[in-house]
Amino acid sequence: MMDGANRNTGVMAGLMGWVDERLPVTKMWKEHLAEYYAPKNFNVWYFFGSLALLVLVLQILTGIWLTMHYKPDAEEAFASVEYIMREVPYGWLLRYMHSTGASFFFIVVYLHMFRALMYGSYKGPRELLWILGMLLYLSLMAEAFFGYLLPWGQMSFWGAQVIISLFGALPFGIGEVLSLWIRGDFVISDATLNRFFSLHVVALPLVILGLVGAHILALHEVGSNNPDGVEIKKNKNAEGIPMDGIPFHPYYTVKDVMGAVAFLFLFAFVVFFAPEMGGYFLEHANFEPADPLKTPEHIVPVWYFTPYYAILRAIPDKLTGVLAMGAAVMILFFLPWLDRHPVKSIRYRGPLFMMLVMVFAFTFVALGWLGMQTVTAVRSEVGLRLSELYFGFFLLLWVHSKERSGGYLGVTFAVVAVVLLTVDGIRYDAAKAGLMMTSALIPLVYFLFFLFAPVFSNLNQARPVPERVTA
Amino acid sequence: MIKRIFLGVALAVAAGTAQAAGGAIQFLDAKVDLDDKASLQRGAKVFVNYCLSCHAMSYMRYNRMGKDLGLTDEQVASNLMFAADKVVEKMDVAMEPDDAEKWFGIVPPDLTVIARARGADYLYSYLVTFYQDDNPTRPFGVDNVVLRGAAMPHVLWPMQGHQNYVREAVEGKVTSETVSALSTAGDEILVHRTVTLEGGDVVHATDRLQVAQGGSMLPGEYRAAVRDLVNFLVYAAEPAKLERYGMGIWVLLFLAVLFVLSRMLYKEYWRDVH
Repeated sequence: MMDGANRNTGVMAGLMGWVDERLPVTKMWKEHLAEYYAPKNFNVWYFFGSLALLVLVLQILTGIWLTMHYKPDAEEAFASVEYIMREVPYGWLLRYMHSTGASFFFIVVYLHMFRALMYGSYKGPRELLWILGMLLYLSLMAEAFFGYLLPWGQMSFWGAQVIISLFGALPFGIGEVLSLWIRGDFVISDATLNRFFSLHVVALPLVILGLVGAHILALHEVGSNNPDGVEIKKNKNAEGIPMDGIPFHPYYTVKDVMGAVAFLFLFAFVVFFAPEMGGYFLEHANFEPADPLKTPEHIVPVWYFTPYYAILRAIPDKLTGVLAMGAAVMILFFLPWLDRHPVKSIRYRGPLFMMLVMVFAFTFVALGWLGMQTVTAVRSEVGLRLSELYFGFFLLLWVHSKERSGGYLGVTFAVVAVVLLTVDGIRYDAAKAGLMMTSALIPLVYFLFFLFAPVFSNLNQARPVPERVTA
Repeated sequence: MIKRIFLGVALAVAAGTAQAAGGAIQFLDAKVDLDDKASLQRGAKVFVNYCLSCHAMSYMRYNRMGKDLGLTDEQVASNLMFAADKVVEKMDVAMEPDDAEKWFGIVPPDLTVIARARGADYLYSYLVTFYQDDNPTRPFGVDNVVLRGAAMPHVLWPMQGHQNYVREAVEGKVTSETVSALSTAGDEILVHRTVTLEGGDVVHATDRLQVAQGGSMLPGEYRAAVRDLVNFLVYAAEPAKLERYGMGIWVLLFLAVLFVLSRMLYKEYWRDVH
């Protein structure tokens, strides 16, 4: 519409010309929408980027209105949330949209990241795009963590207590100083609530908005990947337009509108009919006001943190657990350099990669489930084995980046076995010897299969990648 | 293939969330029904008569409750308001927290959102399973099946009377036991126990709560009254529940229509993409 307006005469065109001489509105419109060529073969996984943007806007809007009524004061916070739920017109709707939005943000972002994993969207030239996305993910985790303290319920308080105490595990006195600095007090208190409020409503949103801008700019610079993992810029027509590309606007704007409506349907279903989502989106214990003298029997972080929480809990030594948990998140930053296989898409990388990705997805979900359960010897043991699988995935991505000889794979297996046996030796407990030996079958089978399958089968045989995208 | 992965992830998420995070006891079903206005009104009456002298409902205003329950301000003022002067006031309690601490060892918690913290079935089971304790650990001579060593006296006894706890004997030496479920059989409440014996055998026992000394109500009537009370507590914990379902249906219908239209628009635009 706007580029059409340029050719027209009249008041609007004149106005547009006046603006364009001072601010490149038409130029930006073309660059990022009307003449940004996206591959025409996006499938359902490609909705989650625009959906993440939609949720971000919803969170900011509902957040602005919640902030008008919320009181960041340890004496008044809990009551002010109930005030919003009862006495502010449609306050309950704003609050449920915001709390449901937090969980949906993570659902959408996890699916968005899984999409990148399946289609190799982090591979060159999109490494920086992936890193910006990872920074967004980290900021989102911080944003969610700070926000969760604000209702000042029992889980708000004790969840924050547990997570801040993790920093306390750092050695050489750094931990104590650091956790004191974060809390602004010796315990979680009014001071903590006030600073978390500030970080939640000002600092992190600014960081997130800036990173989103950079993420989109980087995307438009390198161009979108697609389910075939084919670079559409390699096949351009005489005008220099990718032959498999279509203008983002109007094609993907109308398609994403459809996706947004479908998403909002699910979103509204939860907001209106199951805002607590059985205790997963709003934890039951958080309807009791924070009480520093009464520790809940079962402290659980919200579901989107539980895979990492399970890794933390699976490791007996606290500092090692904290480091492993940190490493579980940070290792994702290195994905572009761990997985260097030339074939991007899961469609052409062969069955082994597909199985590997499926097992990884299962591992992540299973760890998430374990992180919500009370600790038993068996669960803790399984948690440790699944943590080994979690990290093993990245090793296998690196190993299978190219064809390896049987000897190479054998040595890799030996190294893995030594590492895992050392871990088991350090944590050896005669009372659990049987359990440890049985559970060792999990990583044993995993590494044996995924390391040596390429030697004895053609499961890791990549198929030829087509020149052009398929329908 | 990709669609199958997507479906699998969706199913896994759905299965994970469908399973409620709850305690180990299978509670009695409170049969909450917020459309039953008469039940909510009866429950409000029990609440202000028996609970509100110690437990506040401080995020709720009398007139809001009246409006939602279909009562006029005058009806609320003359029937439900004993500790306040104006219907716009919050349902606070006159007892001083320091006194409460002295008398009960604990300040009785505010009950506005208790139903969201504990769940309706828990509250219902709690309120019907007080029994006379021959070796009381608490000064009130009663204990509770759901909450052992409850700090609260059985304030509803004038209605229920007193129950005896009749244990089913188990052969062998007991090492540990837990209550696994509650159920009703006629006037009695059955307490299902899972008992671990020395040697590791697990057996089940069924104990009975029998009314030994009747109150002003028959056991069935009492359970109905408690159900009304719990129904009211569920309402009070989230008054928005009365409107959000109705509004939600319209929002979903609107989005369904909008989806059809947006899909038609998409199909129209994409006709020329090959």
